[in-house]
Amino acid sequence: MTRRPYLTLVIILILVALALWVDLSKQITVYNPINNKPVVNRNVDIRLGLDLRGGLQVLMEADLPSNASVTSNDLSTTQRILENRANALGVSEVVMQSAPPNRIVAEFPGLQDPQEVVAALQQTGLLEFVDFGSTPPGVGTKIETDFGTSGAGPDGIVTPMPTGTATATSVPTETPLPTPTSSATAAATPAPTATAAPAEAATIYHTVMTGSALSSVNVETGAAAGTGTGYVIAFALKSNWINQFADYTGNNIGKILGIVLDKTVISTPSINSKIDKGSGVIEGNFTQASANELAVNLRYGSLPIPVKVVESQSVGATLGAESVRRSLIAGIIGLLAVVLFMIIYYRLPGFVASLALIIYIIISLFLFKLIPVVLSLPGIAGFVLSIGMAVDANILIFERLKEELRAGRTLRQAIDLGWARAWLSIRDANISTLITCVILFIFGNTFGASIVKGFAVTLSIGVIVSLFTAIIVTRTFLHILLDNVKFTEHPRWFGITEESR
Amino acid sequence: MNLTKYRYLYFAISLAVIIPGILALIIWGLPLGIDFTGGSLLEVKFASGTPPTIAQVQSVYNELSTADVKISNPVVQPLGSDSLSIRSEAMDDATKAKVVAALLEKYGGGKDVTIQNFTQVTPSVGQEVTRGAAIAVGLASLAILIYIWFAFRKVKNSYRFGVAAIIATIHDALVVLGMGAIIGHFLHWQIDSLFLTALLTVIGFSVHDDIVVFDRIRENSNIYRRVDFERVVNHSLVQTLDRSINTQLTVMITLLALALFGGETIRHFVVILLIGVFSGTFSSIFNASPILVVWENREWRTWFRRKQPENAI
Repeated sequence: MTRRPYLTLVIILILVALALWVDLSKQITVYNPINNKPVVNRNVDIRLGLDLRGGLQVLMEADLPSNASVTSNDLSTTQRILENRANALGVSEVVMQSAPPNRIVAEFPGLQDPQEVVAALQQTGLLEFVDFGSTPPGVGTKIETDFGTSGAGPDGIVTPMPTGTATATSVPTETPLPTPTSSATAAATPAPTATAAPAEAATIYHTVMTGSALSSVNVETGAAAGTGTGYVIAFALKSNWINQFADYTGNNIGKILGIVLDKTVISTPSINSKIDKGSGVIEGNFTQASANELAVNLRYGSLPIPVKVVESQSVGATLGAESVRRSLIAGIIGLLAVVLFMIIYYRLPGFVASLALIIYIIISLFLFKLIPVVLSLPGIAGFVLSIGMAVDANILIFERLKEELRAGRTLRQAIDLGWARAWLSIRDANISTLITCVILFIFGNTFGASIVKGFAVTLSIGVIVSLFTAIIVTRTFLHILLDNVKFTEHPRWFGITEESR
Repeated sequence: MNLTKYRYLYFAISLAVIIPGILALIIWGLPLGIDFTGGSLLEVKFASGTPPTIAQVQSVYNELSTADVKISNPVVQPLGSDSLSIRSEAMDDATKAKVVAALLEKYGGGKDVTIQNFTQVTPSVGQEVTRGAAIAVGLASLAILIYIWFAFRKVKNSYRFGVAAIIATIHDALVVLGMGAIIGHFLHWQIDSLFLTALLTVIGFSVHDDIVVFDRIRENSNIYRRVDFERVVNHSLVQTLDRSINTQLTVMITLLALALFGGETIRHFVVILLIGVFSGTFSSIFNASPILVVWENREWRTWFRRKQPENAI
């Protein structure tokens, strides 16, 4: 290693300053000095696991005969649909992860009642075809429709409504509705925006029909459908909807018929011609993937695979808060005790190691927030434990250092030799811990045991950061100290007495 | 200081700890928690500060148990002064609501009864977790064996180091499992996935310690080529003794802080870790390296001729 301790010191200090800045902020924003636009804008608030903030974790499994296999595609589609439904619960930060081959883990911070959540998740997704007139809201927008609010039956069938009176009677008349009839003339002018925009949030759109009207949905190549290139989605209607859809499309050529899943806009195709045969295609610049995705949504307003709940865990928020407080206290006491021990036993190097330990904590926390790592109780335990382990590398080095000093080397030689010789032990020992961490992580991931996973993640971050602080930080500090302290005048500072030399 | 001289004494101490543990495992078995067996765990807090007795809770459960949802005879444990942890067969949400309502009505003392934690695991998931756990432990051991073999490949008989480390690791795993069975039997602790985490961490720690000593043996073997292997091992042990003890101390200091001041939820986990970390240091000093000596001297040839081979040295 090159001997440029002051350069290394500057790098360490910059890193620590950066880490401290992130540690102490909840949101970081970095502006580009030239155009003053934010380059980085990230929420770095510490993420607490369910066991610490309270909430509900549900493990769901495909409810299929054991010999049926689940494709990863179906699983991810199911997860996406479940996510949409979960968001309808109005809980922020719902986390869902698929755990192949056939499971999905969902976490709902702040919720307690499994029943409420499960009911929401197992509902049938609601697919609606919505009249957007000429000014559709963007894809991804949440909208309100008159379906459901007007008390439609749970079977998902809209009360048939003549298309001409799309301003449904159930909707208050003062709400500006993009009615097909009125906006038909104004479509080419920007006028509708003037009326629609101020009340955008309150706009209630009219639902023409729901997903239950579809009898089949397929992805076809444009060539096969006779519409040119690319991919299209061919659909067919159930017989009782054919006439109604023909009337509607006939009256609204050029208008937007939005596709809305669980009140979220997923596509906004326009009506090109009257669809009177009960089947048609949706065109757009689809790739095979995006066409498939829309087809899946059309086909499975309900889930592609049924799921059942196999495990649920709810934690009260007060218990979590108490745990955080106590773990924090335990961490501080543990840290102080270790620092005390190191200084008493190793004197000056012990003090330096304690400084390195504090840097270790600052950097670990920085990584936890940046990655981000969800801190659960075992995760915090893993971190507190790694404080003890982080010192280990220092202890190995200092013991070597003492040996080399006793063997009569100069302090500088002793430091370099001590590091070189301790390195092999440190490397081999830490690799074995990392191997265990990897296996724990895989185990936790497979079984949705997020607590085990959290422990593995924090422990391995701890191991890696401790290598950095022990090898680079402690060493640099010691070298710099040497430039300013005469070892021969103060052997006791290094825990070496004359007799033991 | 001659550490290797008393190796058979150390082995005897280890056996004295392990054998009762194995007996406990055979007789009582491991008290597997719902993570492995499936079932429901309900933790409730009584705001009145006076939770009902175990028998009272059991009677509530027995009354509400039906043919479909069998929750009779739950295992009830106090949790702190005002909370209870109740473990039963799996129950649905409706039954849970009834249970909590009954507890509130009969024993709430006019104050609130809140659910702190409610966990449900279906038995099939539990079985899978158990199988996965066994695979995880097996894989971890195998990976570590291979790694040590590789790391010490330049030393003569490098596989011995791997095997000695695995024996020491099995020692620690047995200590942890045995203590788990004993503590579980007397204090009614449960073996959950945290216990498994502790076990795997202990395995990692144990190997960590073994490697530090082995590394010294590797280094010293090159320096003192003409010296007897047993003396090399002893010298290496003495040289690393300070480090072994100090590292263990720092880890145990932090664990103790967690056990004394950390939350109730992880106390069992931390205590198991404490036992395991202690065992890990013991086995790395007093088992792993002496095993290398026994192997080098092929001492088993004398085991059945003379009962105490160290007298001959």
